[in-house]
Amino acid sequence: MLDLFLNAVVAGILLGGFYAAVTVGITIVFGMLDIVNIAHPAFIMLGSFIAYYVNQTYGVDPIVIGVVATPLFFVLGMAMYRIYYTSFERRGQEAIRGLAFFFGVLFIGEVSLILVFGVDYRSVDASYIGTNVNIGPVGLPMRLFVPFVVSLVMLGLVELFLGRTFFGRAIKAVSQDRLALQLMGASPARIKEIAFGLSIATASIAGSMLIIIGPVEPSIGRDYIGRVFAICVLGGMTSIPGTLIAALIIGIAESFTATFYGPSWSPAIAFGLLLLVLAVRPAGLLGR
Amino acid sequence: MKRSPLPFWIGIVVAAALGIAATRVVDNQYYYFAAYVVLQYIVLSTGWNILGGYTGYVNFGVAGFFAIGAYSSVVLIKWLHAPMPVLILVGGLVAGLVGLGTGYLTLRLKGVFFSIATLALAIVLQTFVTNWDYVGGSRGVYTIRPRTVMFFGNYVEFLFIVMFGLALGAVAIAFLIERSWIGRGMAAIRDDELAAEAMGVPTLRLKLFATTLSGALMGIAGAPYPYYVTYLDPSSGFNLSYAVNSVAMPLIGGTTSWVGPVIGAVLLGTVQQVATVTISSAVNLLIVGLLLVFFVVAAPDGIVGLITKLVRKRA
Amino acid sequence: MADALLQVREVTKRFGGFVALDAVSIDVAPGERLGLIGPNGSGKSTLVNCISGVLRNDSGTILFGGADVRAMPAHQRTRLGIARSFQIPKPFASMTVLENLAIPLEYAAKEWAHPGQVIADAQEILGQIGLAQKADERSNGLTQIELRKLELARAMAAKPKLLIADEAMAGLSANEVDDILALLFMLNERGITIIMIEHIMRAVMRFSQRIVVLDAGKKIADGAPDDVVRNPAVEKAYLGE
Repeated sequence: MLDLFLNAVVAGILLGGFYAAVTVGITIVFGMLDIVNIAHPAFIMLGSFIAYYVNQTYGVDPIVIGVVATPLFFVLGMAMYRIYYTSFERRGQEAIRGLAFFFGVLFIGEVSLILVFGVDYRSVDASYIGTNVNIGPVGLPMRLFVPFVVSLVMLGLVELFLGRTFFGRAIKAVSQDRLALQLMGASPARIKEIAFGLSIATASIAGSMLIIIGPVEPSIGRDYIGRVFAICVLGGMTSIPGTLIAALIIGIAESFTATFYGPSWSPAIAFGLLLLVLAVRPAGLLGR
Repeated sequence: MKRSPLPFWIGIVVAAALGIAATRVVDNQYYYFAAYVVLQYIVLSTGWNILGGYTGYVNFGVAGFFAIGAYSSVVLIKWLHAPMPVLILVGGLVAGLVGLGTGYLTLRLKGVFFSIATLALAIVLQTFVTNWDYVGGSRGVYTIRPRTVMFFGNYVEFLFIVMFGLALGAVAIAFLIERSWIGRGMAAIRDDELAAEAMGVPTLRLKLFATTLSGALMGIAGAPYPYYVTYLDPSSGFNLSYAVNSVAMPLIGGTTSWVGPVIGAVLLGTVQQVATVTISSAVNLLIVGLLLVFFVVAAPDGIVGLITKLVRKRA
Repeated sequence: MADALLQVREVTKRFGGFVALDAVSIDVAPGERLGLIGPNGSGKSTLVNCISGVLRNDSGTILFGGADVRAMPAHQRTRLGIARSFQIPKPFASMTVLENLAIPLEYAAKEWAHPGQVIADAQEILGQIGLAQKADERSNGLTQIELRKLELARAMAAKPKLLIADEAMAGLSANEVDDILALLFMLNERGITIIMIEHIMRAVMRFSQRIVVLDAGKKIADGAPDDVVRNPAVEKAYLGE
C-alpha cells in the first residue's frame, strides 16, 4: 500500500513537471498578456506529431527534434499573433471574435492531424522509454523522468529570459502597464509578437515530450485545455514558479485518482479544480 | 421597437404548413434524415446565439449540452418508456440546469473563463458518460423506434416534424427575445458590460437567464436524437461536428438576429449533407473550420452583415 | 452633515499592497454641487467606482439616502438613484443614440414605462443635451464631444438623484467645456446633486459650491473653493515642495 502511495506521488510529481512545461506557454500569453489562446494544445499536438514523423523516419531522439523545431514554432507563433492582432486586437473585438478564431485554429489543427495521421495512437522510439530506475520502493519511469528534467530546464530558461533579457522584461512590463511601454519607445505589439512566438516555441518541446510519456492521437489536445487553464489560474496567472507549483499539485491529484480510481477520470480532476479555483476567486469584472 | 412583428408570425405559420404538407408529399426517407440534421442545427445555432450573439458569451461546449439532452432521453426511454414531449421537456430542463450551474460558477468573472469552462465541461461530461454503464458506456446503446405513429407514415417522418416544430419554436423564442427589453439588455451587456451594469441592467441575472435558456435549447435539440440515430455512443453524442458547427453557423450567418443562425444552419448544414456522400467527414469538418476562421477574420458580421452592407450601398 | 444625501465614512480600498483610498470621509448634501479634484492617481476614480458599485470598498460605510449600499451591486445602486458617466465614453456601439438612452430608461426606472413613453423621454433628453438630430445614428460614429454628451445623456436617462460626472470635459475645447458646464448647471437646477471630477480648474471653480481634494488616497482639503485653492497642502500636492 505504501509502495502504491509513494509511486503515485512520484509519478504525480514527474507528470506535474511536464504539465508545467505544457502550461508555461499559456502563462505567458494568457496570464501575462490576456490573449486567450485556447489553440495552444493544437500546437503541442503538432509538436508531438512532428516528433513522431521525424523519429520514425530518421530515428532522431524526440526531444532533440522538439528543440530543433523551436525556431519554426517561434516563427509560427509570431505569424499567429500578427493575424490575431490585425484582425481583432486592433479593432477591439478580441473578446468574442478572437476566442472564436482560436477555437477555429484548435479545431483545424485537430482535424488536419486526423487527415494526415488518422485517429490511431502513435508513439515514438527512444532508448530510455520503457526503462525504469528503481530507488528503493519507488520506480522512476524514464519516460516520465526525462521529460521532467527537460521541463525544469525549459522553465528555468524561460524564467531567465523573462527576468534578464530586454524582451523578457518588456513582456513583463507590457503585462503590467501598456502605456509605460509606449512611452519607453517599444511597441507593445512587437513585444506581444515575440511573447507569442516564445509561447508556441515551448509547445514544440512540450509536444515532443508528450509523445515520450505516452502514445498520442489527435484528440487528446482537448483534454489539456481544462488542465492548462486550471494550472495557469491556480498558479496565480503571471508567475512561472506559481505555474510549476500548481502543475505539481494537479499532477499529484491526477496521479492519485488514476492509481486508485482509474485513469479515465483525469480530465475531470483538472476541470473540477478549475471550477473550484474560479468559484473561490474574488468576484468582479475588474478583479484579477 | 419599430417594425411590425406580423410578417414574422405569418412566416412561421406558412413554414409550419409547408412542413406538414411536405410529409404528405415527400416519400424518399433520405430527405427526412437530411432535413432533420439541418433543423437540428437550426435549434443548436439559435440556442447558441442567444448567449453568444445576443449577450456576447461564447459557449464552446455545445456538444456537451446536446449530449445531455440525448442521454437524458436514453435514461427516460430505458427507465420509463417516456413519450417524446417528456423527453424534450426533461432534456431541456437538465441541460438548462447545467447551463445555469456553469454560469453561476463562472459568469462573475471575465467572459473567457466561462468559455474555457464550457470547453472543459464537454470533455468531463464525455468522460462521465463513457463510464456510465446504464447508458451503455463506451459500447453505446440501442434505441428502437416505435413501429407505428399517429398521423404520419412512419417514425422518421414524425421525428422530422418534431424537429421542425422545435426549430420554429427556437426561432420564435429568439425573435421574441431580440425585440424585447430583455434582448436590449443583453445587447447592452454584449456591447459594454460595465456600462450596462452602471445603467441599471442586472447583468448577472440576465447572463444567467441567457445561459440557462441557451443550454436548454441545446439540450432540447438533443432529446429526440436517440430515436433518430438508433445507436448512440459517446463519440456520436459528443461529436466534434456539433462542437464546431454550432459555433460556425451563427458566426458565419450573422450573430445579431435570429436570421443569422438560420441562414448559417441551412447553408452550411445543407452543403455538408450533400458533401458527406462525396468527401470524408474529416475533410468536411476541416472546411467548416476554415470557413469559421475566414469569416471571423474577414467578415465578422457574417452573411447577414454582408447583405446589409450591400443593401446600404445601393440605397 | 445631518441629512446628507451621500455619506462616505472612512472608506478604504486596497489593490494588493497599494492603498488607493485611505479612510476617506465625505458628505454630500442634497442639491449640492461638489467638486472632487486631486493629482493623477490620488484615488478619485477609485472613489467613484466604490460609490457607484463597480468596486467594493474594503472597509468603511457608504450610505445613500440613509441606506447602506455595501451589499448592492452597481445596477441596484443606479436604481436607487446614483448615476455616473465614464471618463472614457463607453457607448453601446451597436445601438443608435436613442437606443443607448432606452437602456437606462428601461432598466434604471422604478416603474415600468411603455415603449412610446420611453422613446418620448429619450427624445426629450436628447433635445436638452443638443443631440436630437443624431437620435437615429449609430453611436460608434459620433465625435468626441458628442460621445461625452451621450455619456451625460445616458446618466440623465437613469433619472438620478446623484450624478457623478467623471472628467466629462477632458480634452474638449473652451466652448465645448462651457456647453457641458451649462448642462450640468441645468441639471442641478432641477434638483440633481452633482459631483464633478475635473482637472479643468476654471470649470471646477465656477461650478462647485464646495471642493474636496484627494491626494495619494487621503482627503486633504474640504471646503469653499476659494479656501481650498489657497490651502498650502493642496498647492503642495499639485506642485510639489
